Amino acid sequence: MSAVLDPHGHGAADHGHDHHHGAPHGWKRWVYATNHKDIGTLYLLFAFAMLIIGGVLALLIRAELFQPGLQFVNPELFNQFTTMHGLIMVFGAIMPAFVGFANWMIPLQIGASDMAFARMNNFSFWLMIPAALMLAGSFFMAGGAPAAGWTLYAPLTLQMGPSMDAAIFALHLLGASSIMGSINIIVTILNMRAPGMTLMKMPMFVWTWLITAYLLIAVMPVLAGAITMTLTDRHFGTTFFNPAGGGDPVMYQHIFWFFGHPEVYIMILPAFGIISQIVPAFSRKKLFGYASMVYATSSIAILSFIVWAHHMYTTGMPVTGQLFFMYATMLISVPTGVKVFNWIATMWKGSMTFETPMLFAVGFIFVFTMGGFTGLILSMAPIDLQLQDGYYVVAHFHYVLVAGSLFTMFAGYYYWVPKWTGVMYNETLGKIHFWWTLISFNVTFFPMHFLGLAGMPRRYADYPMQFADFNALASVGAFAFGIAQVFFFFFIVLPTMRGKGEPAPQRPWEAAEGLEWEVPSPAPFHTFETPPKLNKDANRILA
Amino acid sequence: MMNHILKKLETALLTLAVFGANAAWAVNDLPGGPAVRQLNLHPPVTKIAEEQVWLHWFMLIICTVIFLAVFGVMFYSVWKHRKSVGHKSANFHESVKVEIAWTVVPFIIVILMALPATKAVVASKDTSNAELTIKVTGYQWKWGYDYIKGEGEGIGFISTLDNAQREMSNSGKPEPTDDYLLKVDNPLVVPVGKKIRIITTSNDVIHSFAVNSFGIKQDAIPGFVRDTWFRAEQTGDFRGQCQELCGKEHAYMPIHVKVVTAEEYTAWVAAENKKMAAKQDDPNKVWTLAELTQKGEKVYAANCAACHQATGKALGSVKALDGAAVVLDADASKQINVLLNGQNNAMPAWKQLSDTEIAAVISFTKNNWSNQTGQLVQPADVRAARQ
Repeated sequence: MSAVLDPHGHGAADHGHDHHHGAPHGWKRWVYATNHKDIGTLYLLFAFAMLIIGGVLALLIRAELFQPGLQFVNPELFNQFTTMHGLIMVFGAIMPAFVGFANWMIPLQIGASDMAFARMNNFSFWLMIPAALMLAGSFFMAGGAPAAGWTLYAPLTLQMGPSMDAAIFALHLLGASSIMGSINIIVTILNMRAPGMTLMKMPMFVWTWLITAYLLIAVMPVLAGAITMTLTDRHFGTTFFNPAGGGDPVMYQHIFWFFGHPEVYIMILPAFGIISQIVPAFSRKKLFGYASMVYATSSIAILSFIVWAHHMYTTGMPVTGQLFFMYATMLISVPTGVKVFNWIATMWKGSMTFETPMLFAVGFIFVFTMGGFTGLILSMAPIDLQLQDGYYVVAHFHYVLVAGSLFTMFAGYYYWVPKWTGVMYNETLGKIHFWWTLISFNVTFFPMHFLGLAGMPRRYADYPMQFADFNALASVGAFAFGIAQVFFFFFIVLPTMRGKGEPAPQRPWEAAEGLEWEVPSPAPFHTFETPPKLNKDANRILA
Repeated sequence: MMNHILKKLETALLTLAVFGANAAWAVNDLPGGPAVRQLNLHPPVTKIAEEQVWLHWFMLIICTVIFLAVFGVMFYSVWKHRKSVGHKSANFHESVKVEIAWTVVPFIIVILMALPATKAVVASKDTSNAELTIKVTGYQWKWGYDYIKGEGEGIGFISTLDNAQREMSNSGKPEPTDDYLLKVDNPLVVPVGKKIRIITTSNDVIHSFAVNSFGIKQDAIPGFVRDTWFRAEQTGDFRGQCQELCGKEHAYMPIHVKVVTAEEYTAWVAAENKKMAAKQDDPNKVWTLAELTQKGEKVYAANCAACHQATGKALGSVKALDGAAVVLDADASKQINVLLNGQNNAMPAWKQLSDTEIAAVISFTKNNWSNQTGQLVQPADVRAARQ
């Protein structure tokens, strides 16, 4: 991101008028940032910082679980680690990272000059800083961080110390930030497309984000409601979820998962979008079934609202409820399957090359599908009775969230970083990062399937000794995975940010399509100040 | 030279072997509980669990076949359709027929999968006509079992993790133990071949009662009752653990179900009834200090030591009892009140213990460690405080 460190780095003479406006310098450039590229960069750096904090927590968990017995932490602190790992990764790392990609790429891909609401964009980023400080700082409050699990189930939340309130406020702020970000994205996409960029000509990443943004607006207030009720239960004598006053703890779970399940798709749909851009580019072939991809994404989004109680099979639902949620959940595998088939059909009879973005994309399709299949197995209520709240579930959602969302972000980084910074990353190091990440990921999470089948419950600080070997293996894998990401930051991200590396051409990828490749590398501070004239496929600018 | 290298190699291998043996923890499979490096579900002991195991295989095989077929195609393409082998890209990018095919075919497969699952769901939900009904209550952090209908009606007891194992966990270096963290003082005893209905509820937060071999898992929710059932088809010891995060000792509230023959069960019920009759202390009996502290020590080990520790000095945010003002206070009513009602959301209420048990454990804490107050609390004091 030479755009990060050197505001003059975009050097092209025709952008001299940047300076005419008085291009922002120093700290003011970032604090008062209204440029979508700067804000995108801020989001991505913030998300990476949170990824590292959440990752350190994960490694502390794995260190404790390396052997039976408590060697490093007491169970109370252990529960704080699992809770904060979940909250930080979901709300601090994955979601903001995708918003970062959206900020950088959506205006570039639709030929808009910036996001629709530039100052709100600034506000929605800077809101996250106090939220993150409050969340991470809760470790230092009396009684330590919240320890009720990232799902914050009542009535355990009622027993938590003051840090619970800090976490609730932090989630409120992050939710407000997400809603503002979503409104911004929807308005940008619907109002600011270049002439000729019709909805059905938009790049898939833009499509998936449009749908994701609607999901966010629909469910973030639901989460806010649930945690506000928790807050008033804790302090103002209400008993929404407190059984001592006639409240219903299961009601909390219904409300939470009504948010939580669409949330899962919020974290994966933009990933589908990125993959749908990368696979055609490196197959040198158009995306197969563009329209069906759009319909499949929409179907997944709609279905995501009627499957929430599959997280609650063991709460004791009536038989009809269990059947309904089981059928609805199984149905989701149909549109998801369509997506996978479309990607493979795109690769079929292409002319493929395997630069790092493509490696991560193919790795994603392969490993994510495994997570999809374990999801299908979990969706069956009778099998879920064996696996609910155990390590099989942990394996499943890390297969879809790490191998799903995180791998895609790596793919997206490698794909777009030439445009962001104007330099190419080192291909050899990128490949090392991919293989190292892929292998250590599987060493970490594959054994967890066996642990889950054998009955090891999640969120356990200590476990029967029969589980020892697979836990030791998973811990070794986890540390290797962690080191891979440190390597990624120091040897791949930092050099590109400093502008070290081969200068990137305007079109670093032979067959990549889209308007982002119509501007120079690095992308100038201001792009598409006048709406570009587009060709009939809306992927080229007519001179 | 060669010898030297061989020696080195041998030492390295030995070290590895030692590490390997250490990693294996020298434990054996626990029948009815987890096996070492177990790869699949537990061997089923009920019809429901059998069906779950079958369903899991059924799903696993279908999913694996689809996975291999789909990724066979993908890797074939990766292999053949590369630029480096000179493949030129084709131009197709749409086919309504293909799209319809790969929407409809998975849809049909999903329906086929749903059919046997539906049958199993309906069967697992039918809790009618039970021969024995047991109420399971989740406490932070132990299980309460009350036999409420059928043979053994009226029996009730608390089941907690063996405190020696809890201390082993804290030490960080647990001895190799086959039933590590799975050993309880009082297992739940049920007869073989009878339909047992389990009613779950909770005293504080949500817990989850699960026994893998039976294929049951049912959340225990405070303020609500839920139910599930099983019919064990063989005798033996079967293990489970709490499955829903319930606070700091979540990992330390195992479930042990002992399935016995009908005759053994009848004998157990008789013995249990006799024990209960013996337990019925005369509420007006005045106890001596020695009697009380002796009884209190047992109550303490079973209920209090997990948090307050055997040393009374506690760990982390838990309050120490050794030298605590409320324990040393001549006015015992404060301490009685804490035990009956809990304190600050951290200390749970212990009103489920008997008057004698509470009196004993308070007397014990008042006269143990450095707390040598000589004060004693009688069951009658506790009974008075309850009213």
